[in-house]
Amino acid sequence: MTAPTYDLGNLHGGLRLPGHKAASTAEPIRDVPIPSQLILPITQHVGDPAQPVVGAGDRVLKGQVVAEPDGTLGAPVHASSSGKVVAIEPWPVSRRYGDSAPCIIIECDGEDRAFETDGRWEDYLSLQPADLLLRILDGGIVGLGGAVFPTAQKLMQARTCKIETLILNGVECEPYISCDDMLMRERAAEILSGAQILMHAMQIESCFVAVESDKPDALHSLGVALAELDDARLVLKQVPTIYPSGGEDQLVQLVANREVPSGGLPTDVGCLVQNVGTAAAVHDWIINHEPLISRVTTVAGDGIVNPMNVRARIGTTIADVVEFTGGYAERADHLIIGGPMTGKSMSTDRVPLVKATNSILVVLKTSFQGRELPCIRCGDCAAVCPVQLLPQQLFRYACADNEAKLREFGLIDCIECGCCDLVCPSHIPLTANFQIAKSRIQELADEKARAERARRRFEARNERLEHEKQQREAELARQKESAKQAGPAAIAEILKRKQQQGEED
Amino acid sequence: MEFARRQSPYWSARVAVPSLMLQVLAALVPAAIAHVWFFGPGFIFNLLIASIFAVGGEWLAMHVRKRPPEVALSDYTALVTAALLAFAVPSLTPWWVTATGALFAIVVAKHLYGGLGFNIFNPAMAGYVVILIAFPMHLNLWIAPRMGDIDYQYLTVLQTLTYTLTGSLPDTLGFDAVSRATPLDVMKSGLNGMRTVSEIRTNPIMGDFGGRGWEWIGNFLAIGGFWLLIKKIIRWHIPVGVGVGLLLPATIMYFVDPGSHPSPGFHLFGGAAILCAFFVATDPVSAATSPKGRLIFGFGIGFLIFCIRTWGSYADGVAFAVLLMNMAVPAIDLVTRPRIVGHSNDGDGTP
Repeated sequence: MTAPTYDLGNLHGGLRLPGHKAASTAEPIRDVPIPSQLILPITQHVGDPAQPVVGAGDRVLKGQVVAEPDGTLGAPVHASSSGKVVAIEPWPVSRRYGDSAPCIIIECDGEDRAFETDGRWEDYLSLQPADLLLRILDGGIVGLGGAVFPTAQKLMQARTCKIETLILNGVECEPYISCDDMLMRERAAEILSGAQILMHAMQIESCFVAVESDKPDALHSLGVALAELDDARLVLKQVPTIYPSGGEDQLVQLVANREVPSGGLPTDVGCLVQNVGTAAAVHDWIINHEPLISRVTTVAGDGIVNPMNVRARIGTTIADVVEFTGGYAERADHLIIGGPMTGKSMSTDRVPLVKATNSILVVLKTSFQGRELPCIRCGDCAAVCPVQLLPQQLFRYACADNEAKLREFGLIDCIECGCCDLVCPSHIPLTANFQIAKSRIQELADEKARAERARRRFEARNERLEHEKQQREAELARQKESAKQAGPAAIAEILKRKQQQGEED
Repeated sequence: MEFARRQSPYWSARVAVPSLMLQVLAALVPAAIAHVWFFGPGFIFNLLIASIFAVGGEWLAMHVRKRPPEVALSDYTALVTAALLAFAVPSLTPWWVTATGALFAIVVAKHLYGGLGFNIFNPAMAGYVVILIAFPMHLNLWIAPRMGDIDYQYLTVLQTLTYTLTGSLPDTLGFDAVSRATPLDVMKSGLNGMRTVSEIRTNPIMGDFGGRGWEWIGNFLAIGGFWLLIKKIIRWHIPVGVGVGLLLPATIMYFVDPGSHPSPGFHLFGGAAILCAFFVATDPVSAATSPKGRLIFGFGIGFLIFCIRTWGSYADGVAFAVLLMNMAVPAIDLVTRPRIVGHSNDGDGTP
């Protein structure tokens, strides 16, 4: 058994937050039954929406592809159970905070009949890495930590860089969320198997499994599984329980002691980060041939009667999942998809559970109150910023809409972790301000690009007009010249023609 | 089921400005009690007057600026300014002097610069400097500390109140009978009179380190300051900076020439250095923001206090030192900007 190590790089700032994870980790993961209806958004990943390949009235089987990626970045969507497609129509989705987006709606028949795969499943070790990547692409696998970047494309991008280490992210630093913790406790062997598959796909020989120190059970399970596996390439690393140590760039800093350059990716410093849930999904697809049609999610918060972790089919509505766990508490004011620091607040629980849904958090209004006061420049925000920004300065520039200063002070580098919000004694919603400022900068850049395009179009048009004018002038001059050369004979000819015309009248 | 949307993070803030300010005020209570014990009830009258005019000025300024006054009043920052001013002025101070200081601090130094969070200068120190320059005579009138063996005519509560309200003493009492020079004044005039430090320290007003009574107030201020440090309401950088900035040159000069330079202990306990280190310089609004910047800011204040005390014409230099370093804050913030993670070291913001 590999002893957990603690030789880590430095992470600036961060917060020690109360975990609130005990309630949801007391019981094993429970399976939510197949719902009567599945809602499958065609965009469950970063990139272009997948294009539906089924129509209303089609019968589908569990694991059958119902939407295929279109464009360069995307992932297929599979039917999570068998049944009939009843509609492809807009439905509230979590990606849009409860507003609607196109979804494939399947009426389940309850039989859960599986799609027959074509049977050509060689041992993955005999596959070329490129072929293995294509296979991973077919599994509809995306990053399950919440970012939902298509895994196959992430690996393909990484293969263009010199990658030394795979880092499995089992840190899960946000309070309340414990789905990765439970997965590591219950399916450690499958996670490590997924890691081996990923290592083969990347042709690398080193993997760190990073787990926060507040997860002794997960560390134990992984330790036991590692001992059984007896693969020296995998090393378990314990990281301190500090939010946001689970952010990709922060984890690279902690585990590999390397800074991801501004605007760059962990692959720029030789690291590839994958969530432990993603690794398990890769195992399920490559070894068990089950595409990504279910995931583990944490249902927690003061507004939930029985906090727990559940495994639910992708497409089950949040309402169904919460009802399965025992429903809402008497007061349930806000529904959050994701964690309490970076999650999204929903307008309705009709939204389906998707590949990104790592947590369903129901909180009370009383948990956060306080009037916004002016910034007193206490600097606590800068002290906790994991990227070493100066949020107090950024806030001032954001209020003044000073784009140049916002860029200079690294607004783009803000990871929106929310640490500054939490420590602000003036209760200024800093992160929200930065999000708005970011989109404003983006707008300005777009506007600039549009103006630049318009300017180029205008110049091209002027050039064209000028060119045409010159051509016309040249033509006129040529005609004049030729007329001159033709001389009196030609003039007489014209006069004669005119005369003839006059006689005919 | 439908829900109300809101912005992330969905988590209670742990601290709030009003509670920070109340804790700063609480940390001043032991020293305030000591002040009343040694220098009579004048402190209470000054505190009341400063508070009334600071809060009134705040209300007025917010009203004129067409902002809800209750927002500014509910953060208690005006009361902290008033309390610091009350500690700065002598216990015998006519009300108009204190009121001028409080009004200038709040209306000019704070609200004309944009209100809380935007003031460049520490409001209490700005207000104090204005009255120090405008009413120098009144601000030199310190009474002797209540110590059994000091020959001194005590004022009653009523006499103190009368003086505060009218600016005059009972006919039977002259200023000479009630007032004493402060330890720093005694030291300064003594050194100017070519006497040695050890000679000057034989004055009954001198205590173990600084002045008698003053030392005790200093002790209680330090206790309050350490409490603020433990509660993480202030950070250690500024107090340490002030301490080093003051004590380092004081120690060097003391060892070089102990005859004409008082001990570091005298510098620490003789005047307002402790009040400055824990309560004045730590005002976050007018201080530098980064830890490194705060060390520099604090060091600058401490060093300037030493310079003004040693070579300046004022006996103490806390207020001037703080205001001078307030001016340097933008420059300090600029040069101590931390390197953003993932950026190269040149600090111009480009990767």
